[in-house]
Amino acid sequence: MSSAMIDLILQATLDTLYMVAISGLISTLVGLPLGVLLYVTRPRQILAKPVLNQALSVITNIGRSIPFIILMVAIIPFTRMLVGTSIGINAASVPLTIAAIPFIARLVEAALNELSPGLIEAAQAMGATPWQIICKVLIPEARGGIMTGLTITVVTLVSYSAMAGAVGGGGLGDLGIRYGYNRFNPTIMLITVVILVIMVQGFQSLGDYLVRKSDRK
Amino acid sequence: MIELSNVSKTYFSNTSVGKRKGNDKNAVHALKNASLSVPKGAIHGVIGLSGAGKSTLIRCVNLLERPTSGSVTVDGQEMTRLSNAELNRARHRIGMIFQHFNLLTTRTVFDNVALPLELMGQKRHAVLERVIPLLEMVGLADKADQYPAQLSGGQKQRVAIARALASKPQVLLCDEATSALDPQTTSSILELLRDINRQLGITILLITHEMEVVKSICHRVSLISDGKLVEDAEVGDFFTAPRTQLGREFLNDFLQLTPPKELIERLMDAPGHNTHPVVRLTFSGDAVSTPLISRLARECGVDVSILQAKVESIQERTLGLMIAELLGTAAQTQQAMAYLESHQLQVEVLGYVQRND
Repeated sequence: MSSAMIDLILQATLDTLYMVAISGLISTLVGLPLGVLLYVTRPRQILAKPVLNQALSVITNIGRSIPFIILMVAIIPFTRMLVGTSIGINAASVPLTIAAIPFIARLVEAALNELSPGLIEAAQAMGATPWQIICKVLIPEARGGIMTGLTITVVTLVSYSAMAGAVGGGGLGDLGIRYGYNRFNPTIMLITVVILVIMVQGFQSLGDYLVRKSDRK
Repeated sequence: MIELSNVSKTYFSNTSVGKRKGNDKNAVHALKNASLSVPKGAIHGVIGLSGAGKSTLIRCVNLLERPTSGSVTVDGQEMTRLSNAELNRARHRIGMIFQHFNLLTTRTVFDNVALPLELMGQKRHAVLERVIPLLEMVGLADKADQYPAQLSGGQKQRVAIARALASKPQVLLCDEATSALDPQTTSSILELLRDINRQLGITILLITHEMEVVKSICHRVSLISDGKLVEDAEVGDFFTAPRTQLGREFLNDFLQLTPPKELIERLMDAPGHNTHPVVRLTFSGDAVSTPLISRLARECGVDVSILQAKVESIQERTLGLMIAELLGTAAQTQQAMAYLESHQLQVEVLGYVQRND
């Protein structure tokens, strides 16, 4: 294999990591609070706001029900507005982030739902404010579950970022489509897939390690 | 210290206003006009079967459940009228422990006990000064750096007690605190609660379904049934002479003093030919130490066949219970029962059995 090809593969790997990192980070920053909000505004919860909860829930479900490939195309005007272009890794990071936010939110909500209601009750009995309950009880106690959810999200982002390649998003998916598929180069296709597999394994192992470290049960 | 007056709690199946006007058929009345008064320094127990409303009652004290109507006063403060911020401050003065401990699994023992102090915004050195003595008091100073998962049930409850006391409360609420523990651990936790009550003068309100808990630490007890407080008595009185049927059932169940099964089958409601009464005798105070049974035999000429007997010591009082068959003529057994009653014994005729000899 030519050194130019190796450079291409290396660059594509870095591009994929970049997209996953950017979209993973931003979607966590938005999705985590959204997931907490989805949980605490439920009826009979510490900040019960049934109407707001319903609204957030519907929005989250809409976000989750749009197929990624359609979402990517549908929000092109928004992407252009944000990063000035609709192709390349920065442009691909926008739909990736948008898709991951409701995903993370639901996983965070599910992680919080696993906690014993007794913990909240105990904190309330100690005179904790809702904010204190969220920061000192809910998030720390659910961090194992949240970590699991983030691992799932990152792994999903790796495969979604490959899908972004189909519309010129850059990264390993782009490489696989253009060189592997369009130019009938099975070696490149195989290498891309192997790298993606290794990447997913790596993220999963890292996630598992962090979950183990944070779980005291 | 704790005053509940006419507290009712109704759970509506539907929160819409229309249904709130009293025509919600699925509404559950968990508490019905419950009134309770616990003086400072007392240990008050509320006993009842599952679903009787115990949990709702204790949660109405610190407003984890807001009463539908009625007033709740703790240390002279009307709880139902406080703002959220005031309520949180009031809750710092009310500790609470739970059946399932509710410790934070991701915090060490030390940090669990420190939590209420953190919530109050106390400085780290003040927290340190408060937590270590508390852990020493509950006997877990050596476990400060361990996580709850590494502790036994009894140790977890000790941590929970230390945590509940961290904010120097005047009141401690115990929600079935020993129900998840084995008998031996239960008695050590109860001993700890008694010490806390004596040494710190903390008023304790506890709910339980176990008579053992009431017997060993409570001064006063209330009996709750179907959302209503049906009996309220000194523990000694409750154990010697419960006033309600439910109270008697709890007591008999606790003392396990029911006639043997094969006797129950032979028991007849009314006296007949050649029958003898089977009686349950309850005696307390001086009667326990008086040799009444042998005197009964001498003075009334009846023979006494003891089927079951038990002596229990409750608080500073002694309680004797016996199920016995009185053998003699009808007149003799009548006289015997009158004799026993004249010596402050409670005599309850369970039925009559026929003897074939």
